[in-house]
Amino acid sequence: MAAKIITVTSGKGGVGKTTSTANLAVALAQMGQKVICLDSDIGLRNLDVVMGLENRIVYDLVDIIEGRCRLRQAMIRDKRFEELHLIPAAQTRDKSALSPSDMVKLGEELREETNWVIIDSPAGIERGFRNAIAPADEVIVVTNPDVSAVRDADRIIGLVEAEQKGPARLLINRLNPGMIQRGEMLDAQDILDLLAIKLIGIVPEDEQVIVSTNTGKPVVLEEKSKAGQAFRNIARRLMGDEVPLMDLDFKEDFMHKLSRFFKSGGG
Amino acid sequence: MHAKMKKDAFPIKGFREGLLITLSEGDWSKVLNSLLKQIDDRQAFFEGAQVAIDVNERSLSAAEVSKLRSLLADRQVTLFALLSRSAATETVAETLGLSTHKSVLKQSSKDLPRALYDGENALLIRKTLRSGVSVKFNGSVIVEGDVNPGAEILAGGSIYVWGTLRGNAQAGLQDLRNAVIVALDLQSSNLCIADTHYQESKLKIKIKKRAEIAFLDGDALKIMDWDQYKRLE
Repeated sequence: MAAKIITVTSGKGGVGKTTSTANLAVALAQMGQKVICLDSDIGLRNLDVVMGLENRIVYDLVDIIEGRCRLRQAMIRDKRFEELHLIPAAQTRDKSALSPSDMVKLGEELREETNWVIIDSPAGIERGFRNAIAPADEVIVVTNPDVSAVRDADRIIGLVEAEQKGPARLLINRLNPGMIQRGEMLDAQDILDLLAIKLIGIVPEDEQVIVSTNTGKPVVLEEKSKAGQAFRNIARRLMGDEVPLMDLDFKEDFMHKLSRFFKSGGG
Repeated sequence: MHAKMKKDAFPIKGFREGLLITLSEGDWSKVLNSLLKQIDDRQAFFEGAQVAIDVNERSLSAAEVSKLRSLLADRQVTLFALLSRSAATETVAETLGLSTHKSVLKQSSKDLPRALYDGENALLIRKTLRSGVSVKFNGSVIVEGDVNPGAEILAGGSIYVWGTLRGNAQAGLQDLRNAVIVALDLQSSNLCIADTHYQESKLKIKIKKRAEIAFLDGDALKIMDWDQYKRLE
């Protein structure tokens, strides 16, 4: 079947890698695609919670690698979509339980099973990150519109290039148009100027995301949520559709830009 | 901090191997007298010191260097190196058994990989330097791309960024005071030339992006439009 393998990573923790992975996987499944999500955050697993599948775990990623189960046995079927599966991370082990070549081997096996493999990477730039990007055909770097997240994204983009997995595409998560207008947040253009990679989408800040994370029902399933719409658009872009960016009302007028410029001292 | 202290005629810097005194331009006998006065004024500080003297472009004869050495010796000061960009002075100093290479003054934290010297060689980097990347080169560094926050360049010579400089740039690390930092869009205040850091934490507001240069003007690191700087020269 020759699936496409996409790794979602960030460098910094808490920017929304897991939320993005779950939502993109569900959005692709909504479009009738076969999808396998892989949580590679060994020891700190939570993709299962976000997808509402934590009670169904029997085997995990490390069990597959160490031969305690077959691939199919560790694939948990989603409650809503028949063709969406999760391979959870092991919770009681650490990143050294896997090697990048294990992941490449697993990736090759998964390719035969599905259309898409979406890998949720751990935070950081060490072993766990290298494991997560080893099998990837494409890398999505998630960042938030704040200075530290953008700097970590920059570091990760450099490492992805160094591993010859580039060029990565950028997902800006939790953009708050109101804060941008008040000059309290970096705007998308500032981030793109710095990171100089292609944008795959902008997801606005949306309280619904927290609710849906806690209830295990990814926000793409909420028809009216703006964040959900943004994730659906990103999934369509992954499929190769040309989808214009959502109008998030953050186009700044000149005076806002000017006042922000003076506040920041032009730096 | 030293505003109330009498200002030294010549800047002095301490290295593991000894003191480096950088002399100014001007009439040699006057410069020599100011130097001797500076040493006499702070006799206790200089007594027993090993010094290297940087005479910049100045061309000195063997007799002058020899006299300098004996005048210093009279004051219990040992001249061990004479740094200069004049080939004639270098030859003279070498003949008299003095070091002439700046590498005798190693700054322990800033040892650069061995490479050729003084602008004859430059490193060309044809990509953006992203966060976490450190480039160290004992010569000039040219970047065809941006230097992002969290990236650093440590150069023995000058730094030229054909793009936006937002990261940390340190030029002239082995005390090359005429090293410069040039960028098409200079957006970093994290700049250092020789041992002098840029003092302002914020950059001036720019209405229009234009190339800028950071250079040492006396003891201060200044930033100026490239066009303006070129007209000064």
